[in-house]
Amino acid sequence: MDLSYTAEEEEFRARLREWLAAELPGLPPRPDPLDWPGRRAYDCGWQRRLYDAGYGHVHWDASPTQRLIFLEETERAGAPYVGANFVGLLHAGPTIAAEGTPEQRERWLEPVLRGDEVWCQGFSEPDAGSDLASLRTRAVRDGDAYVVTGQKIWTSHAEVADWCELLVRTDPEAPRHRGISWLALRMDAPGVTVRPLRTLAGSTEFAELFLDEVRVPVSHRVGEENDGWRVTMVTLSFERGTAFVGEVVACRRLLGELARTARENGTWDDPALRRRLGALAARFQALWRLTQRNVSEAQATGGVPGTGGSVFKLDYSHARQELYDAAADVLGPDALDLGREWNLDRLSSLSYTIAAGTSQIQRNIVAERILGLPKGR
Amino acid sequence: MTGAVDFRPNEDQRDLRRGIRELLAGRFGREALRAAVDGPGRVDRGLWKELGEAGFFALRLPEEEGGVGLGLPEAVLLFEEAGRALLPGPLVATHLAAGAVEGAAEGLTVVTEVSPEGLVPWLDAADVVRGDAAGAVPLRSVDPLTPLHRAPRTGRLSAGAVEAALLTAAEQVGTAAWCTDAAVAHAGRREQFGQVIGGFQAVKHLCAGMLVRTEVARAAVQAAAVTADRVEIAGAKLLADEAAVANARDCLQVHGGMGFTWEADVHLHLKRAWVRAALVLPGAKAAEEVASAL
Repeated sequence: MDLSYTAEEEEFRARLREWLAAELPGLPPRPDPLDWPGRRAYDCGWQRRLYDAGYGHVHWDASPTQRLIFLEETERAGAPYVGANFVGLLHAGPTIAAEGTPEQRERWLEPVLRGDEVWCQGFSEPDAGSDLASLRTRAVRDGDAYVVTGQKIWTSHAEVADWCELLVRTDPEAPRHRGISWLALRMDAPGVTVRPLRTLAGSTEFAELFLDEVRVPVSHRVGEENDGWRVTMVTLSFERGTAFVGEVVACRRLLGELARTARENGTWDDPALRRRLGALAARFQALWRLTQRNVSEAQATGGVPGTGGSVFKLDYSHARQELYDAAADVLGPDALDLGREWNLDRLSSLSYTIAAGTSQIQRNIVAERILGLPKGR
Repeated sequence: MTGAVDFRPNEDQRDLRRGIRELLAGRFGREALRAAVDGPGRVDRGLWKELGEAGFFALRLPEEEGGVGLGLPEAVLLFEEAGRALLPGPLVATHLAAGAVEGAAEGLTVVTEVSPEGLVPWLDAADVVRGDAAGAVPLRSVDPLTPLHRAPRTGRLSAGAVEAALLTAAEQVGTAAWCTDAAVAHAGRREQFGQVIGGFQAVKHLCAGMLVRTEVARAAVQAAAVTADRVEIAGAKLLADEAAVANARDCLQVHGGMGFTWEADVHLHLKRAWVRAALVLPGAKAAEEVASAL
């Protein structure tokens, strides 16, 4: 066990810290959360700055430890996160990098890294949520194109995306995992309709996507026909792997802010509340250590993040919700005021135990794939 | 790869862990455990000496003082194994006394200590007591494998109390891991409604929760052993206590009626987890310690 960094890693950190200190004051003001074109421009502008400084590839090419340092330092400095580029940088991009042809990598990766093109994710359907493999959006081959008809839901950033990583059923007769293909869909193609969905936080973070005989060139299929499920699993393991590093750092910062507020408003004198904050601090510290462990295991095996991500996500998502519950008790009546950022974040956090695999699905994964218990209901 | 953040035990550390695991499997398997339960209050001096020879107590003494010359990261691996095996005796106090009390390092002397909470484990069996045990009165200990006396509470943390908290936390991780394994084994074997109960989500989700608690607590304990930071150790103790107690409870639940019997070992883990939680840096104090650093 060794928690120290190499000289090169420390140098990477120092250079990054210096660059962030110089770059961040020049950023434009953050756009309103409801201003989607503004958000896209802001997030893509930030990605372009990263690209120009040589950090554009950090999510793909850097070692897992460098990536950990990158996420730690950018969060600590208050830099923007990936935002609208989440799918491009952390789902679709890595999938194309791993499974795409040289032509596909050439066509799609560079624009993502430069902040020129935004991707969204078309996986879930109204009747295929946790049971994703039951998806029914049909793609029928017609010459050198697929004709796609169906409906997708929970599609984040759909309003401003250029491309959608789309899962479709290409063989309805095959066993359900073996009849799925992965397509890159142009969002401005005829037959694509986007209808924003309003979340309980009041914003439109995601959308429904209606597809009516949309033509997608066969050359836009990544991986073999009917091999899309395997191709997708590569993406999902990225999502559950180290995608939360920045958020753990953020939670530790939030907890510090909360303790300051509690000391100011007197709630710190309540031993039960104070100990709750102490226990949460211990938990986020441990989650940070667990992240380091997952990253060092990924680094050692040279592979994609493994099932450690499910263990992490299970505890993190619940811990973060408990953090906002504790915050509400510190804030008292102010916890009912949506003018305070804490309370909007509290509402957003309600999705954490649902998105990217519900806690119940994660427990199935842990029980079946790590503990070896039988599949069942 | 050297120098990079690497959470995995290195080869020497894995060998060390394997060595103690094999020693304990051979010398303190289930029969020995149940014999200890049936004849409580006695430290097995032969085993104590073997532990001494294996370096369990002298682990962190410098080599020039006859020790193994290793540190807390190795010690937590050994104490996790001891916790998993439910090894009885004042292991932490004797380990901390190595180099300070004659014979402790070699496993020739059994050393106990008055805890800041005013509890003295193994008072009658110990050769040496550190701290003031005058006027200590025996309790009818909840744990059949840990005799306890009650002494006036000092509240004072001795010099070794922080390290004692960490090593005790490592034992708790051992219990948390044992409980996960035992629950999974039972759930994979026991059949009801025509199938093994581990196929039911109500049961498998309990097991998954146990693994999550174990892994979070283990990461905390192993990192705290590397940093030796007082606050990180307090946080690790808090999480390890919770993991051990909650996992023992869930393990008992998965075992159903069997879990409530004296014959099943799970109650021994639950009771020991309660003792370890109360002995040094109990929950409220650990939480206060972490909160004070916020």
